[in-house]
Amino acid sequence: MAKNKQVMRVKGGSAVQQDKLVQFTFDGKSYMGCAGDTLASALLANNVHLVGRSFKYHRPRGIMAAGAEEANALVQLGTDGRVEPNLRATQVELYDGLVAKSQNRFPSLKFDVGQVNSLLSRFFPAGFYYKTFMWPASFWMTYEKFIRNAAGLGKVGRDHNDPDRYEKRHAHFDIVIAGGGASGLMAAWQAGMSGCRVLLAEAGPRCGGWLNSVDDVEIDSQPAQDWIKKTLVRLQAMENVSVLTRTTLFGYGDHNYLTLAQTVTDHLKDKPAHLPRMRMWKVRAQQVILATGAIERPLVFSGNDLPGVMLASAAQTYLGEFGVLPGKRGIVMTNNDATWHIAFALQEAGCLVKAIVDTRPSASPALKRQAESLGIEVLSSHGITAAHGHLKVARVEVSPLTADGTDITGDALHIDCDCILMSGGLSPVVHLHSQARGKLTWDEKTLCFRPSSAHEAEQSAGACNGTFDLQRGLKEAITAAGKAAKAVGMAVQTVDVPVVDAPRINRAPMAVWSLPNGQGEGEKAFVDFQNDVTASDIKLAVREGYHSVEHVKRYTTTGMATDQGKTSNINALAILADQLGDAIPEVGTTTFRMPYTPTSIGMIAGRSIGSLFDPVRTTQMESLHRQAGAKFEHVGQWMRAWYYPKEGEDMEQAVSREVLATRQAAGLLDASTLGKIDIKGPDAAEFLNRIYTNGWLKLKVGRCRYGLMCKDDGMVMDDGVTTRLAEDHFHMTTTTGGAAGVLDWLEEWLQTEWPELRVYLTSVTEQWAVATLSGPAAKDILTAAGVDIDLANDAFPFMSMKKGHVSGLPARLFRISFTGELSYEINVPARYGAALWSTLMKAGAPFGLTPYGTEAMHVLRAEKGFIIVGQETDGSVTPLDLGMDWIVSKTKTDFIGKRALERVSMADPQRKQLVGLLTDDPNKVIPEGAHAVLDPDQPTPMAMLGHVTSSYFSPNLGHSIAMGLLKGGHELMGQTVYIPMLDGHPPIKARITDTSFYDAKGDRLNGAS
Amino acid sequence: MLQLNCPFCGLRDEAEFSCGGEAHIARPLAGNQLNDKDFADYLFLRDNPKGVFLERWRHAAGCRRWFNVARHTVSHEIIETYAMGSLPKSKAARQAYQESWRRKTAAEAASKPAKKGKEGR
Repeated sequence: MAKNKQVMRVKGGSAVQQDKLVQFTFDGKSYMGCAGDTLASALLANNVHLVGRSFKYHRPRGIMAAGAEEANALVQLGTDGRVEPNLRATQVELYDGLVAKSQNRFPSLKFDVGQVNSLLSRFFPAGFYYKTFMWPASFWMTYEKFIRNAAGLGKVGRDHNDPDRYEKRHAHFDIVIAGGGASGLMAAWQAGMSGCRVLLAEAGPRCGGWLNSVDDVEIDSQPAQDWIKKTLVRLQAMENVSVLTRTTLFGYGDHNYLTLAQTVTDHLKDKPAHLPRMRMWKVRAQQVILATGAIERPLVFSGNDLPGVMLASAAQTYLGEFGVLPGKRGIVMTNNDATWHIAFALQEAGCLVKAIVDTRPSASPALKRQAESLGIEVLSSHGITAAHGHLKVARVEVSPLTADGTDITGDALHIDCDCILMSGGLSPVVHLHSQARGKLTWDEKTLCFRPSSAHEAEQSAGACNGTFDLQRGLKEAITAAGKAAKAVGMAVQTVDVPVVDAPRINRAPMAVWSLPNGQGEGEKAFVDFQNDVTASDIKLAVREGYHSVEHVKRYTTTGMATDQGKTSNINALAILADQLGDAIPEVGTTTFRMPYTPTSIGMIAGRSIGSLFDPVRTTQMESLHRQAGAKFEHVGQWMRAWYYPKEGEDMEQAVSREVLATRQAAGLLDASTLGKIDIKGPDAAEFLNRIYTNGWLKLKVGRCRYGLMCKDDGMVMDDGVTTRLAEDHFHMTTTTGGAAGVLDWLEEWLQTEWPELRVYLTSVTEQWAVATLSGPAAKDILTAAGVDIDLANDAFPFMSMKKGHVSGLPARLFRISFTGELSYEINVPARYGAALWSTLMKAGAPFGLTPYGTEAMHVLRAEKGFIIVGQETDGSVTPLDLGMDWIVSKTKTDFIGKRALERVSMADPQRKQLVGLLTDDPNKVIPEGAHAVLDPDQPTPMAMLGHVTSSYFSPNLGHSIAMGLLKGGHELMGQTVYIPMLDGHPPIKARITDTSFYDAKGDRLNGAS
Repeated sequence: MLQLNCPFCGLRDEAEFSCGGEAHIARPLAGNQLNDKDFADYLFLRDNPKGVFLERWRHAAGCRRWFNVARHTVSHEIIETYAMGSLPKSKAARQAYQESWRRKTAAEAASKPAKKGKEGR
């Protein structure tokens, strides 16, 4: 157990229980904090300021803020799978046993090798990566490794899966309020009283905002913190109001679609198993009220990134909420009145304020008197022109300034200190308003961008609206909530505006954006702390010709990444405007992107991981395939049996055996995954006649026909066999992967082009289990299994369908063939699928029936030259290119694709056309995708003829076979082509042939052998 | 994420729908003569306006019905949704329909039966 050495802890702190100690570890060292602390406040209580190394220069960095705007103190939490990088220490709630690490340092935080970047910083200016690694381009491979290693913050837990559980919740609310400060609570109270269904989301663990850190504000004659508590109690008693703490509204989408991140168990030592770690809320709100407050701006001066330099408001929070001093000897550096009050509070709490340095010539007399009575030295018209220290600030140079603050007028004073508390004025948090595409306006008085007009049904109230006065902010919140309540149709019950008694503070700061540098060129004055962007980087970018704010942002990286310019935006804009000689509003702002604060990917994924990432579809026979030792492949979402290896067999041997057995005896394929669409209605035949390229009106009941469908551009999109079950009833089959797309396609034409056709479509893919029995023994096996259908060729001819029973199971038998053998596609209601398969396997055993998978199916169909849509076609292939002119009707007035096929360019003899390829060496299998050329000795780049689409070794032919799409291929019949190889082997020589390699006459279809 | 008013199911999240691109592209009747260039207006050319756009959407994860949507491509305002085969009612959407270059194309003219000749299909 660590000793309790919280040397910077003082009395008070509205958020902490000082009698309840909590142990935690930072960079392997054990410390004590108090219950209620954040990691940042606990570190500060232990006088630990150095907590990280910066992104580019690896400069030592401390804690600069107290909330979401923290840009320096990014830490990594947890161990093993629970590692989470880039967490702001200011938002990490302390619990007993918490383990945190600093980031971006090697080997240790105090001695970091990467700091050499800082010494070389002259060579790391804006756009460094763009400039340096541009040339030679081929060296990028070498550079990349080093850059990737050096860049980035934190490490992901890549060796472990995330053990935590995440949930999602969808919800609708009348009004969503972002921010649980005084304005947010006030708006919730007004909206709740009007009967609206309200969600109030507060990012932190407590509502109340900045009021939690002051004790000189009263609301309705009671301390502000009491008013907050009472208001919360009243809100929680209302059934129509939900208050969520630790919940950040991080994304604002179209039509008031909001995404919120709720951390549920991160702050707990023992995490209850029934709770998720985080919950993502997807909320549709009718009205939104933003009450997200304001963020204090840093001042830009040399050395302003040293540990110990902090925003003044952060110091106020650490003192008021956590009872922690930022140091013992502080310098307050400001351009506004508000900071003086913070100086007084610090002085009274025990931090000796050595000077209030103010860039303005004078502050209000009341403030001066108070400073004097507290014995604080005041340096008006002065500014910090350099801060010095090793790993922590130790000394400052304070120089007298000109009235506009841009130049030094005299010698510098040197003052020892251990902390600097700076304030450059307030910036309203307009991120969500901006994400919602709301417009901003520049306020000349308070020197900030505040919302002007909204795009969505959204209003801002309080500090985020540029209204920094509490009394006026509360009034604004009531008005906004009243408007919102009215807009959602509620009768507004106007509540009274609470009376605020607080010190009157003039919020107008002096416009000073970048303090002159006392040390000359070289010392760094940071604008964007997280991205290591200095004032001189922005100036350099302007000198190099980057004038648009969006370009400067990307070139210097200011305002980018996870921070999204929370503290840096206005300073960067102002420096840019100054360099360009423009006014700030003319320079404009960049777009704020979601998420407002970094959000765990695990939460966004939610439960959609592992087997739930994408649905897996299995057939009724799947368990039988597994028992038979099948290997599976994914086809779309389906798992299909790929091949059935016997012991000792590799894939090639297994497939070869399955292919031979099917042609010599019989094979059985699970074809359940084929798409099946039930088409019914008086106009069904006419509909098919328009969909397919061939004729369908005359197809007799009980007969099947192969059909090819094109898109309206004439390109093949799907194929399959469709059967007429009755005059007005068809059973269509599609490819396995194309089923859903074809159904959508048919619906689209029915609904949008031919609504007059009376046709109804139903997907029946999963209603039928299908076993395809194929091979010379198919008829005998079916007879052995027991069938009540006459199987004689004239009673049940090729391309017809019969209903009956197989082994007592009700079945539709289709005599169609994808192998070229005598084949029966036996369809039974899905629940009989496994029974059908086992029955057939048993009945077929004496005949040598062999189950075959998709790979053997591919070889068998390739032997016959049958195409597979998506393998022989790629959306740029017409039926004519495939040599399938016979299936394109010449007599039909119209079908989808007809007019497009008549285009002049479709008749180009140099289109790629499907041909067969037979290699000279019968054992050489051409790789699929390989390109063919006529002359392998021509200079490179060679004139390509086309590519190989399918290629297998055919065990039945004892020869390699392939198909390919070659330019003008049909005219090249009989010619020799070469397929050059990448691996240095000689080109493969092949002859262009017809695509039907086996049984070209089709004798085997009727069982002849 | 947008919210769309399905004419059959009511107001739903965009995630339930799929967008089918530009609406009111009439298909030339096969019986009508149309040269390749004019046919290309129907087959290939699609509008991408800044402003009011009439498009087809399908309630894919709902009733599976197609319908038309008048959407502003900048503000993402859904001006109206209306049934297949009908025209929009709002002024802005009607104007977008009437002023579309497509109204003047030979491809669109060819989508109606030729005056004298026999009807297509």
